[in-house]
Parts: sequence; C-alpha cells; structure tokens
Amino acid sequence: MLLLLLAHLVAAALAPALVRAVDRYAFLLLALVPGASFVWLLFKGPEVTGPDATTLTETYEWVPTIGLEIGLRLDTLSWTLALLVTGVGALVLFYCTWYFRSYDPALWRFSGTFTAFAGSMLGLVLSRDVLLLYVFWELTTVFSYILVGHNPERVANRRAAMTALMVTTFGGLAMLVGFIMLGQDADSYRIDDIMALSPTGAATATAIALVLVGALSKSALVPFHFWLPGAMAAPTPVSAYLHAAAMVKAGVFLVAVLAPAFADVALWRPTLLILGVLTMVIGGLRALSQHDVKLLLAYGTVSQLGFLVAVVGLGTRAAALAGIAMVVAHALFKAALFMVVGIVDHSAHTRDLRKLSRLRPAMPWLFGFTVLAAASMAGIPPMLGFLAKESVYAAFVDVVATGDGTGIGPVAGAVVLAGLVLGSLLTMAYTLRFVWGVFGDKPGVDQPADLVPVPAGFATPTALLATASLVLAFFGSSLTEIWAGYDHQFPEGDHHAELALWHGFSPALGLSLVAVLGGILLFAWQQRRSLVPTAPWMPSAEKAYEAVMRNTDRLAVEVTGRTQRGSLPFYLGSILVVVLVVPGSALVLNRTWTGDVVWFDSASQAVVATLLCVAAVLTVRSRRRLKAVLLAGVAGYSTAMLFLLHGAPDLALTQVLVETVTLVVFVLVLRRMAPYFSDRPLTRARWLRVGIGALSGLFASAVSLAAAGVRIGDPISEAFAEGAVEYGGGHNIVNVTLVDIRAWDTMGELSVLVVAATGVASLIFLITGRGGVQSPTTTLPEGQSTGRWLRAGRTLDPERRSIVFEIVTRLIFHTVILFSVWLIFAGHNGPGGGFAGGLMAGLALMVRYLAGGRYELDLAVPVDAGRVLGLGLSVATASALAPLLFGGQVLQSAIVKFHLFAIGDIKLVTSLFFDIGVYLVVFGLMLDVLRSLGGGIDTDIETGDDDPELPGSYTDPEVQALTGDAR
Amino acid sequence: MTVNLVLVIAIGVTFACGVTLLLERSLTRIVVGTLLIGNAVNLIFIVASGAPGRAPIVDESDPSPMSDPLPQAMVLTAIVITLGVAAFLLAMAYRSWQLQGHDEVQDDMEDRLIMRLAELDEASQSYEDDIGGEPDEEGADTEEVER
Repeated sequence: MLLLLLAHLVAAALAPALVRAVDRYAFLLLALVPGASFVWLLFKGPEVTGPDATTLTETYEWVPTIGLEIGLRLDTLSWTLALLVTGVGALVLFYCTWYFRSYDPALWRFSGTFTAFAGSMLGLVLSRDVLLLYVFWELTTVFSYILVGHNPERVANRRAAMTALMVTTFGGLAMLVGFIMLGQDADSYRIDDIMALSPTGAATATAIALVLVGALSKSALVPFHFWLPGAMAAPTPVSAYLHAAAMVKAGVFLVAVLAPAFADVALWRPTLLILGVLTMVIGGLRALSQHDVKLLLAYGTVSQLGFLVAVVGLGTRAAALAGIAMVVAHALFKAALFMVVGIVDHSAHTRDLRKLSRLRPAMPWLFGFTVLAAASMAGIPPMLGFLAKESVYAAFVDVVATGDGTGIGPVAGAVVLAGLVLGSLLTMAYTLRFVWGVFGDKPGVDQPADLVPVPAGFATPTALLATASLVLAFFGSSLTEIWAGYDHQFPEGDHHAELALWHGFSPALGLSLVAVLGGILLFAWQQRRSLVPTAPWMPSAEKAYEAVMRNTDRLAVEVTGRTQRGSLPFYLGSILVVVLVVPGSALVLNRTWTGDVVWFDSASQAVVATLLCVAAVLTVRSRRRLKAVLLAGVAGYSTAMLFLLHGAPDLALTQVLVETVTLVVFVLVLRRMAPYFSDRPLTRARWLRVGIGALSGLFASAVSLAAAGVRIGDPISEAFAEGAVEYGGGHNIVNVTLVDIRAWDTMGELSVLVVAATGVASLIFLITGRGGVQSPTTTLPEGQSTGRWLRAGRTLDPERRSIVFEIVTRLIFHTVILFSVWLIFAGHNGPGGGFAGGLMAGLALMVRYLAGGRYELDLAVPVDAGRVLGLGLSVATASALAPLLFGGQVLQSAIVKFHLFAIGDIKLVTSLFFDIGVYLVVFGLMLDVLRSLGGGIDTDIETGDDDPELPGSYTDPEVQALTGDAR
Repeated sequence: MTVNLVLVIAIGVTFACGVTLLLERSLTRIVVGTLLIGNAVNLIFIVASGAPGRAPIVDESDPSPMSDPLPQAMVLTAIVITLGVAAFLLAMAYRSWQLQGHDEVQDDMEDRLIMRLAELDEASQSYEDDIGGEPDEEGADTEEVER
C-alpha cells in the first residue's frame, strides 16, 4: 500500500516535467498511476471484503517517540473508498487531457498538485494511525487550497480558496485535538486499537465531538456548508473529483469509520441527524435557485453530503449498508455530472441554464449518459442511486417503528425520515432542473453559437461512470455480500438488510414514489411560476465567517498599530522598561547584595573611576560629534586603566588598541557629517530618556552588587591555572582560555567578526559579492610619480601631506608589524595574543593609510580583505579540526617539542595556529574597515557621490508626509 | 566578598549615560551609547569576578592571589566584538547620511501605514472584501469590470 502512495508522490513530482515534455497528454500518463492502483485494489478485493473479511495492515516506524507511525490498513470500507479515489481519480485525469487547452501556462503546477491531491486522499482512506490520517487530511486541505485558487486573478477565487482553507483547517485542528484525546485515552493512535477499546465517558464524548467538528467542516455540513459552493472556482475536473470522491468524502469516511464504535456516544446521533437533514434541505433549496449549472450541482453536493452523513452516522447495520452504497452511487453520478458540465461549458462556452438550449441534437450520446447519471441522483429505478436510497428509507422506517437499537423515539425518527424524504423530493426537483437546464429547449433561446463538437475521449469518463451507475444496480446481492465486511460491525437489525432493485411493495417503495412524484410536481410548479425559491431565513454562517475574519484582521491592525510603532527609541525604551520592571523588581525583592563594601582598592582607582564618570556625563552633554567621540574615547581608556588596576593586563592592552582603532574609524566617518548633532527641541522626551537612563544605571549598579554578592562558591577557573600549563602549554591563562579551554567561544566570535566586516564593506561598496570595486589596485593613478618615503605619498593633496608623518611611518611600519607577530607568540605566556597582535597590525596599516592615502594602503596589503578574513577563518577551522586526524578531539591542543639545529630546543603548542587564525581575522577586519570607511569614503568624496536626493530616500515628499513628524 | 563601591558607582553612571544616548535618534550617538554601555557591562564582569589580584599568568615564584581569568577571557572577546559592531553601525550611519543627508533613525514607513489604518478603523491591505463578483476558473477581475 505504501507503494501506491509513493507512486502518487513520484508521479506528482514528475508531473511538471511531463507536462513540459508532452503538454496536456501528460494527464494520460498520470492517469496510469491511480488506474494501476485501482486494478491492484480490485485484486485485493476478495481478501478484504465479504462476511469474513480480513484487514490488511502495513506499519513502518516514523517518529517512535510520540508513537507516530506510518500505519496503513485496508478493510472493506477503506477498500471501497480507495477504489472510488483511484477510479474516479484516473478518469478525471484522463478527462483533463481534453479539458485543458494546449500550452496552458498554469498546467505544470496544476498537474502536480492534482496528482498529489489524489495521493493524499488515497493516503487518508488507507491510514491506520489517526495522526497520519490527520497529516493526509491537512494535505488534502492544502492541495485543495491551491487547486481552488487555480486562477488567482479574481478576488472571488482567492476568497473562495481562503475560505475553504480556513474552514477546513479550523475543523482539522479541532479534530487533531480530538484525536490526541482519543489516542491518550486508548494509549495508542491506531484506529483499530481505539475502535477496539471504544472508550466511553465525558472525555470521549468531548473528543468525539471535536472529531465530528473536523468531519462536518470537511464535508461542508451546516454551519460549514458555505465553503463548498465557492470551491467551484477550481477547474471543473477538480470539482468533479473534489465533490465526488475526494475531500468532502473524507468527512463522510471518518464518520463511517468511527460509527461502529462511537454511534452511541451522547452527541453523535442528534448532531449528525439534525445537521445532516438540515443540510440536505438547505442545499436542495439553494440548488433550485441557481442559474449556473455548476453551482447548481455544487449545492446539490451540499445537500447530498447532509444526506450521506445522516445515513452513515445513524449506526445500524441497515443504515451502514445503505450508506456505503449511497457513497458509491453519489461518487459515480456526481463525477459524471460535473464532467458533463465541463464538456458543455467547453462546447457552448457558457454554464448559464438560461443560455443553454437545443443541445440534444448536437450531443445525443452525452444527453443519454447525463440522463442515466441524473436518474441515479434522483433515485429513479433501475439505478444504483435508487437502490441505495430505498435501503436508506428501509433503515429509517425500522428506526421509526422500533428504534432499531438506536434509542431514537418514533416521533424523532419520523421527523428525520420526513426530512430525508423532503430532501429527496428537492433532489428530484433540482435534478430535473439540471437536465432541463443543460439539455432542455428554452423558448426563444437558440442553440449557442460556434458549438464545438465533443471529442469521444472527452465524453468517455462520463459514459463509464454513468454506465457503472446503471450496471451496479443489478448486482445488489453481490454488493451486499462485499460490504458485509463493513456492516457486520453493527449488530443485526430488525430486518435483514439486502440491496436489491425489488423488495416487493414496502413502505420504502412508497417513500421513493412520494419523493420522485413530489419532485416532478415541484419542478413543474416552479417552471410554470418561474419561481426562484430562497432558502428559509437562518443566521447566515457565511456572514458570521466574514465577520470573524474581518474582526480578526482589524484586531491585528489595532494591535500592530499600537505595539509596532516603527520607532527605534520606542522599541529600545520598551525593552529597557521591561528590564527595569521585571528583573529590576526581582533584584529588589531578592536582596542578595553584599554588605561587605569598601570605597576603593587604591587611590589611583578612585581617580580613574571619577575620570570615567566625568567623561561619560560630558559625552551625553556634548553637542559636537567629534567632542562626543573623543570623550567616549577618554571613557574607554579609563576603562582600560581600571582593567589594569584590577589585574587584567590582557584586557587593558586589547581595550587600548580597540579604543584607538575606534577613535580613528569614527573620525574617518565623521569627516563627512555635519559637525553638530541636530537639535532635539522636545524637552519632555529628553527628560524621559534621561529618566530611563538613570534608572538603567541604578539597575546596572544593583546588578553588579548582586552579582558580587552571590559569588560564594569556588570559581571554576581555579583549575584553569594547572590545566593551562599542563594541557594548554602556556602560562597566560586568559590567552589559553581563549585559544584552548573555551576556544569554541572564540570560534563563534571570529564568525561574528567576519560577518561584521562583510557588512561594513557591503554597506559602503553596495555590492553583494566580493571583488570588484574594493579590490586593491597596486598601480598608482596616471601622472603620479613615486614619493620619496611612501610610494603613493604624492597621490595625496599637498595640503594633506606631512613629510614628517611619512618618514615616521616609513621607519616604524615594519617594526610594528614584526611586533604584532611577536605578540602572537608572546601571548601564550604573557600579555598579548592573536587579538592584540591583529589589532596592532591593523594600527600599523592605519598609520600607513593616514600618511599615504588609499593607494598606499593598497600597496601595503595588495590583497582583498575578504581573502584575509577567509584565510583566517580557514586557518582557525583547520587547526580546530586537525586533532581529529590524530585521534584527538576538536580543538584539542598538543605540545610538540623538538630540536632545531642552530636555534635550540623549540616547544610548539598547536593552539598557536588557532591564534594565527584569530590574528588574521582581526587583521582582515581592520583592513576591511580601513578600505571601506577610509578608502571607500575617499572615493565617494572624489567622485562627489554624496547626493542625498536619491530615489526611495526619506526626502521623497510622499514618504515625508508619513514620517516627517517622527524625526 | 568585598565589593568596590567606586567601581559600582562608575558602572551606574557609565551605563546611565550609555542608555540615554542609546535612546536618541542619531546613529552616531547610538554608537557612542553602545560603546559606553559596553564599557559598563565589561566592568560589571570585573566587579563580579572577585577581588583584584596580580595578572593571571602562572608564576610559581609568586604566591600572591591572581585575579579570576575566566571573566577576563569573556570580556576580551566582548571588547573585540564591540569594535566590529561599532564599525558596522558607523558604516550604516555613513550610508544613512549618504542617502538622506543625516544619520537619524527614522520611523518605519510600513509601521506608520499600519498605524494610520488603525486610526481609520480599517482592515489590513491584504484583506479582501466580498467585492469582486463570482468565483470562476477563468478570466480576471479587470475583465469583469469591463463587461
């Protein structure tokens, strides 16, 4: 069975390619898949049907931890449904070959989706596991959404597709909850286990009610009926399949599966019978008022689905047999009739029954098959529809008489039976309206112009289905025998149920007669009065659905409008306020801060800390950009001093280097900006900012107090000292921590740096790939002679040149680079390391750039920064992975000692290579920043590419109207 | 353990100044605010890392206590990342200046549109009313209108 599903899956995947190769004839090939499945199922028939039927199962593990498995089963009911799904599916695909025009641009998508839809439906009826059933259930929902929205150019189509999706997904989710409740109760998600246990009680009743919500929404019963007529936005083959064998039949199938075990659950019968009859009548009345014959059939389906659910849900043996027969009959005639609509639509170019006239002479055969199928729909002998419908009456007559084990009283039973007969009467009437509408001769209406002849292949599926509706009616006893595998799950009823064309003069025959004759009279009456009946007043479910959808949308707009203000200060302010309120109150309530305080450790610390505070406050107050940046630099250097005083020379070194680099980068960027910050006249907003800031500061102080207060255990790093020397081969614990003990952190950090560097370059050079504009040029611009001290010195404006600076640069550059390399090696045992070394080398480059301009920078490092970054990351990664080759772990380091001639003993720690990677990445970052914010901006200045009036900018008047006041 | 009040106060003041700048609209001020906040947070690590001591470099000859090396390693990476972030934000500030003539962070246009819809009590732009005729597998709405 899994093979059948896989075949559908493969076919769906190949379908687009097939369509591209042979266009619409691909459907002939695709039809082979469900067709072959149909034949395979036929051969399995004897095993899984009959009074002593067996159930075939296949089970494959899927997600064992939640008890989810790919469990498939084939019993009489699923065999029957699977035959319909594959048989009708194959015929519909066959029919598609003629339905679609050649070179339809949407056909590749349609073919795949439709095949997948057929496969999902097959999976649904074959599922043994309710969770798997749910998966297929939602797959049919999704695929039907795509199929209904086949032509998304109409608003109405998009709405119809969305409605189908929303309604059936809503039901599907309710059903999932019900399934999980059932599964937890039965401790198994297999349908047969759940059925065998058939638990009772309030929880089960709730679970079943939820499952029924799913079934009713899928099968378009009141109050979910409104999505189905809209679904006719799909191409007619889809409607033929969706209304007959797939999608809506899923709900009926589920009710039929569960009925043997759960028909006696409290809400089951009242819900299904009342809603079923109501749906049947409303659908019938609506069908009678349609002019579009496709819509007429769609409402007819709504009506029939109500009928089917009521019958299948009754839960007696007679009703079960009648129900399964009715399901088959309905699939056969409804598919045939929809195909007729498609053929007529293509031939006459209209589906309006007021414009269709005099078609009989043009398509006599089609008319004949239409009459057959329609007769089956109306329940006229000798058709399968009649056979089934009469059995339904017989089953309900028993209920009226004795209850037939259902506990339904005679009055209630009679009301339901009367409703069903009324529904059948309406069915007869709209069937006549359909046949008259398509093939009748209307006075004053001519045969539609340019009538296209119907190809034989186009009409073949209709003919087959209509013939089957006729032929099967003569095999009543065989069908009774076959379906015994299903209906024997119910106890024997009042009378022995048997499908037959002739039962003698029984009440059921009388009811059939009433329905048929009544329907004819109603139709005749409607014709004479040319009356369009309206459904009786009832709260419109569709209106309610629309109101819910609109209100949800409105709510979303209101919530978004209120919370998503689009203002960065608002967002940051909200986050900070939450920080102050939630962790802040936690801080206040859990007073873990220590009382053991001293004012300061040393006088110099107090002085530096004061300097830091003063610099920070002045930074906030300064209105000049450069001043703010310089003061922030002072704060940074002060922090470095505090690090040093605390006993962290590595931090101090790195902080000083970073602070210097940051200052220079700031200056490089700020040279292009206005010297002052723009005025912010709103004092209230400023006080709010200062208020949040002050409270945040208090919070930060409290956090540091609390953090220090809870430091009561021994730090983990106490073991680092020994480990650093023994395994890391270094005495500088901080450096060994970075490149060995916690090297994974460093690895992550390197990646962040590479991303940041790439981001900077992309923002300045506005390119997505590397290479191109910021590739270094090692040739000087034309007409520039080589400078004496720096080769590119003369490219600078004489006013910007400083010979002294050039000389100094020339003298110290190589020394600084050597020093930076030395820092890598020294870092293992003293302050230094890859970070400090990379920054130091970057500073050397910076000096070179400042002295000689961007050409000098390119001459100094004639490679692309991206390559340096990539090389660094590669070196770090390679050194991290290398230990694997020697049977070690990722990032494990080894200490190699060897004697090198003339130099002496050398002790090499492999984590050194990791540090070289770090050095290269930091160096690459520096190079990238210099090239972008230095050289890149230089180029912009030279080319004058700084026009703020660019399209899409906020100076656009249209945009300004929206955002202007927010600045 | 003993807490150093001068550091705690310095952390509070620096953090407060950083947050105040962060809530501004000028990207330059936001970057400077980020740097100040970064310094303050790094100092929190230092305060939380216990008493000061000599540098965490193994030296058997010196028995005096070392400062805790682990927070230092964390702070070291934080410092370098702050540099990367600052460079990126600065590049953004420059780009903003290049495009708009200033470096201020504007309110988002789409969000403003949604706020306007909320004020007008209207549904979202993607919401489709029941206007637009009957569903049909062929044709488009424009065609419908022309008829």
